[in-house]
Amino acid sequence: MSPAADETASFVRPHPTHWDLESIRRDFPVLHQSVHGSPLAYLDNAATSQKPDAVIEAVASFYRRDNANVHRAVHTLAERATEAYEGARERVRRFINAESVGEIVFLRGTTEAINLAAHGLGQGLRAGDRVVLTAMEHHANIVPWQLLRERAGIEIAVIPVRPDGELDLSGLEALLDQRTRLVALTHVSNVLGTVNPVGEVVRIAHARSIPVLIDGAQALPHGRVDVQALDCDFYCFSGHKMFGPTGIGVLYGKADRLAALPPWQGGGEMIRRVTFEHTRYADPPQRFEAGTPNIAGAVGLAAAIDYLEGLDARAMIRHEQGLLRHATARLKEIPGLRIYGEARHKAPVISFLVDGVHAHDLGTLLDRKGVAVRTGHHCAMPLMDYFGVPATTRASLAFYNTLDEVDRLADGIRYAQEVLA
Amino acid sequence: MNAGKNRDLEDLYQETILDHNRHPSNFRPMVDATRSVEADNPLCGDRLQLFLKIDGDRIADISFVGSGCAISVASASMMTERLKGATLAEAEGLFEAVHAVLTGGLAQAHAPQLGNLEALAGVRRYPMRVKCATLSWHALKAALRDGAAGQVSTE
Repeated sequence: MSPAADETASFVRPHPTHWDLESIRRDFPVLHQSVHGSPLAYLDNAATSQKPDAVIEAVASFYRRDNANVHRAVHTLAERATEAYEGARERVRRFINAESVGEIVFLRGTTEAINLAAHGLGQGLRAGDRVVLTAMEHHANIVPWQLLRERAGIEIAVIPVRPDGELDLSGLEALLDQRTRLVALTHVSNVLGTVNPVGEVVRIAHARSIPVLIDGAQALPHGRVDVQALDCDFYCFSGHKMFGPTGIGVLYGKADRLAALPPWQGGGEMIRRVTFEHTRYADPPQRFEAGTPNIAGAVGLAAAIDYLEGLDARAMIRHEQGLLRHATARLKEIPGLRIYGEARHKAPVISFLVDGVHAHDLGTLLDRKGVAVRTGHHCAMPLMDYFGVPATTRASLAFYNTLDEVDRLADGIRYAQEVLA
Repeated sequence: MNAGKNRDLEDLYQETILDHNRHPSNFRPMVDATRSVEADNPLCGDRLQLFLKIDGDRIADISFVGSGCAISVASASMMTERLKGATLAEAEGLFEAVHAVLTGGLAQAHAPQLGNLEALAGVRRYPMRVKCATLSWHALKAALRDGAAGQVSTE
């Protein structure tokens, strides 16, 4: 995200410094390997990002020295584990500038976070109530609402996408009628790279007292988010997309919003007092964290945040946008190649189709050159239908990618054209 | 760059497969088909419709239309070439043999009745691509089993 892309992005280190790409790449051990005889060019970061040594070490070190369950025993290791886990919660709070740690719920990832929100909000919804989504949502922000539609009879309305990959907000106010209970949209499209004007959507929705949930899975790997400045009601994200471990993610919810949600899974951790006659539930966030949580995952996520905040955010964005410009230019030189998603504000994600080259063949042929991309529908089938394509190839870049890797992508596409011509 | 220099790729993208992808055989709809099956792989968006005209116990004509990757198009093309004029029993037998080869059920990627279909055997080394090669064969299986019209899905 460029600074202009969203007024909510803020940067911890405003002074521009040198972006030492080689030194940054050394932090990511997985990048230094050959695939089918070529150096790995990992361009599938929107699927999952790679992990720096600092994250790998934090997880390993937790298991080596501190492992115990949280919130239970009084022994030393249990105290250390609890401190590490709750310390991670505080780390996340500071990272997204939430008002209190009670607003940070640890879950498995963005998908689980949206499911929890849909489940909880759904308890208060009736037939005919409306939830507004966008046409560029990941299935994770579609299917939970469809389950709710089946259960409660709610209605789903969809903000359309324009051919350039930006949201068409012209009809938004008309969608926000008296029955509308929520707007749920992605901050950054995992397919098109579009950075959506979420701040504007929040303002429009809040003017009608309608809460807004934001899927931030693809946003945090590329910029900073201040949930108070954004004023969103819920913000969901995954650790593994932002250089942390898999299996850990966050539902941020404003304190009053979370307090209004009923429990969704029952078990240990989420209770205050249990008898067979009656159980009193804990307050958020513990209310939503039944069972032993992913303690090491939270520790790893905190380490990923430390790592990200140690980088120069402006320099990172400059580097990523440079990669995006270079990739866009190189790909556009290729005859028969069409890019899907040309929004003014884009994260470094490029989806494309090549005439006469099926995405899956391209994916396999690129892999033989060491270039890892994603092919398929990217868990956004409605968006694929909108563009009338069955599958695309997607190159998604991260701050550790190089211009040379982008060149190898372009060369690999031409190679595939030769093979299949 | 030349694909012919890359041994690994030769396994998957053999010249036979590339040719069938460029110029698929029996790639046409059939108005007088006695059976037709739609097959799709929602994960990759491949879609094809297989048509059969069955006369007694023989496949008098077979064709397909649709879109897919080189592997799925070539597999369908080669299948139709082999099965035109074959008996239903022969078609069943070929399905079993191809399926075994593609999914690694046969110890070697070789079965005498395969003929040029052996070109597909390279897909064994690409687990994510096996479904591409088997799509048309599952359509065939459904057509032989279910009768007039059907739908199959592989993922």
